Amino acid sequence: MKARNQENRLRSSMRKLADHVATGLAILATVLVVTPLIAIFGYLIYKGASSLNLAFFTQIPKPEGEVGGGMANAIVGSGVLLAVASLLGVPVGIGGGIYLAEFGRGTRLANAIRFTADVLNGVPSIVMGIAAYSLVVVPMHHYSAFAGGVALGIMMIPTVTRTTEEMLLMVPNSIREAALGLGVPNWRSVLSITLKTASPGVITGCMLAFARVAGETAPLIFTALGNQFWSVSLNREISALPLQIYIYAISPYDDQHRLAWAGALVLIALIVVSVSLVRYVASRGILKGAS
Amino acid sequence: MTCALSIFAIVALIAAELVMQSQLSWHKFGLPFFYKFNIDPDTHLPVFWDPVNGSFYALPFLYGTLVTSFVALLIAVPLAIGVAVFLTEMCPRFLRGPLSFLTELLAAIPSVVYGLWAIFVLIPLLREHVSPFFIGIFSAPVTVKLFGWTGLVGDDGLFGGVNLGLGLLAAGVILAVMILPIIASLTREVMTAVPHSQREAALALGATRWEMIRVAVLRNARIGIVGSIILGLGRALGETMAVAMVIGNTAEIHRSLLSTGHSMASVIANEFSEATSDMHRSALIEIGLALFLVTILVNGLARLLVWAVTRSTPARVN
Repeated sequence: MKARNQENRLRSSMRKLADHVATGLAILATVLVVTPLIAIFGYLIYKGASSLNLAFFTQIPKPEGEVGGGMANAIVGSGVLLAVASLLGVPVGIGGGIYLAEFGRGTRLANAIRFTADVLNGVPSIVMGIAAYSLVVVPMHHYSAFAGGVALGIMMIPTVTRTTEEMLLMVPNSIREAALGLGVPNWRSVLSITLKTASPGVITGCMLAFARVAGETAPLIFTALGNQFWSVSLNREISALPLQIYIYAISPYDDQHRLAWAGALVLIALIVVSVSLVRYVASRGILKGAS
Repeated sequence: MTCALSIFAIVALIAAELVMQSQLSWHKFGLPFFYKFNIDPDTHLPVFWDPVNGSFYALPFLYGTLVTSFVALLIAVPLAIGVAVFLTEMCPRFLRGPLSFLTELLAAIPSVVYGLWAIFVLIPLLREHVSPFFIGIFSAPVTVKLFGWTGLVGDDGLFGGVNLGLGLLAAGVILAVMILPIIASLTREVMTAVPHSQREAALALGATRWEMIRVAVLRNARIGIVGSIILGLGRALGETMAVAMVIGNTAEIHRSLLSTGHSMASVIANEFSEATSDMHRSALIEIGLALFLVTILVNGLARLLVWAVTRSTPARVN
């Protein structure tokens, strides 16, 4: 009897021990995951902030080995590339999302499209670069900003489609029914009632896709190629912020490393602001227009 | 409708272009492209990738991609599951929001910034502190005597050779940091999809918290967890810039994790815009095609698994 009691007590303390060990391991894992994040951000802010100056935003890169210069052309180039990408990716993506949520809801085709969009989301960006290369660069016989924009635009489509669909699905059915009950044709109800109601959410979805492709380097290497000089022409090679960071990061000069850190800080700031915005809007609820 | 169909069109178009553009190397090398190599007549070392003489075999890139992804999963999976368990089951409520926001941010950092950080922070750290530790373990006389038969220890083992900092290990570690948030957030999602009644049942039977997690949560969510791991793998396989910046970029195969290498994505990024011959470019596109097919398979599989778990359960309850 006594032995059995003792055995029971031993087992129960072993179980408690296992519980504590597991809790400890989970906390340890969380700490290990959070540490690199804080390290990356801290180092980035420390290095980037000490390297940022006015010249970074106003000057174009100096020749190799010379001190100074900035990334003005890369910032503008990123803007041009992202504008082309958004012109291509946003309308097509929103259209796809509307189809998935409104017209094709529950059909087998819509399910297949949703699945394909998810899979397309996981295709490596470098493969998108090759696709844009063979679609645009090969027929045009030279690298161009347009090709880079196309590569980024294709990458935006699946993200925009899926977020638009999710946002539209959150719009209550009663609003649709009210519109249809008033005799509004279906397409009109979709465009000016449902889409309008969900528009804050749809816009944040687009911002999310925008932030994602803003940091992409791989598809630009052999489509936009990069440029040391001013260029805003769609028909010429163009520089981009992530591309310039990459080129400077692997260069042997300290001053170019400094610029790379500054560029990374600017890029991260852009992305963090848009992601936080998305989170803020999402937590406020998307249906402000409905009430 | 047309917009939605354009997604099919894009996938078909990408596939068609990749197939067409890689015809040249496919016809010349065929399937052996992925497993054969030449032997250098002078040094008797294998030659895989020789743009000058126009011979292209992709074996070292497959090796580099597989090894770095494997290292990344080895590091990331236990950590990610730990984080997900902590966030869903143990975390005090006030920490939950900031922590999940942080993991989301980690997913939003562009890979070129990870690469930058890896070059200037991670690589010195690995070279000065982490690698010497493992070299010490792997080349200690005791381990050599005990495990020498595996061929994984000693001077030509997993941690043999020159300690540059650059290499497969560095690429694997930075990949782990990058895929962690993906695996963690998806795992968290499938864990929250486990019904509360399951947890309560386990607790009512007298289980401790860990036993409840093991029996009720992890066991119910295991298919979804596997799915999220595969999704992370898909990301690791295709990740380009960070890997290209730290892997060292040599088309060779060595057993040591400290040696430099090349992955499928990094070789495309490095050589494509400077490819000298049509054959070179075509061979690179064929690697891209292989990458495309593999990631589609991996992602499709993972999505199906994650869907199978989350579809039937009600919306997330926090």
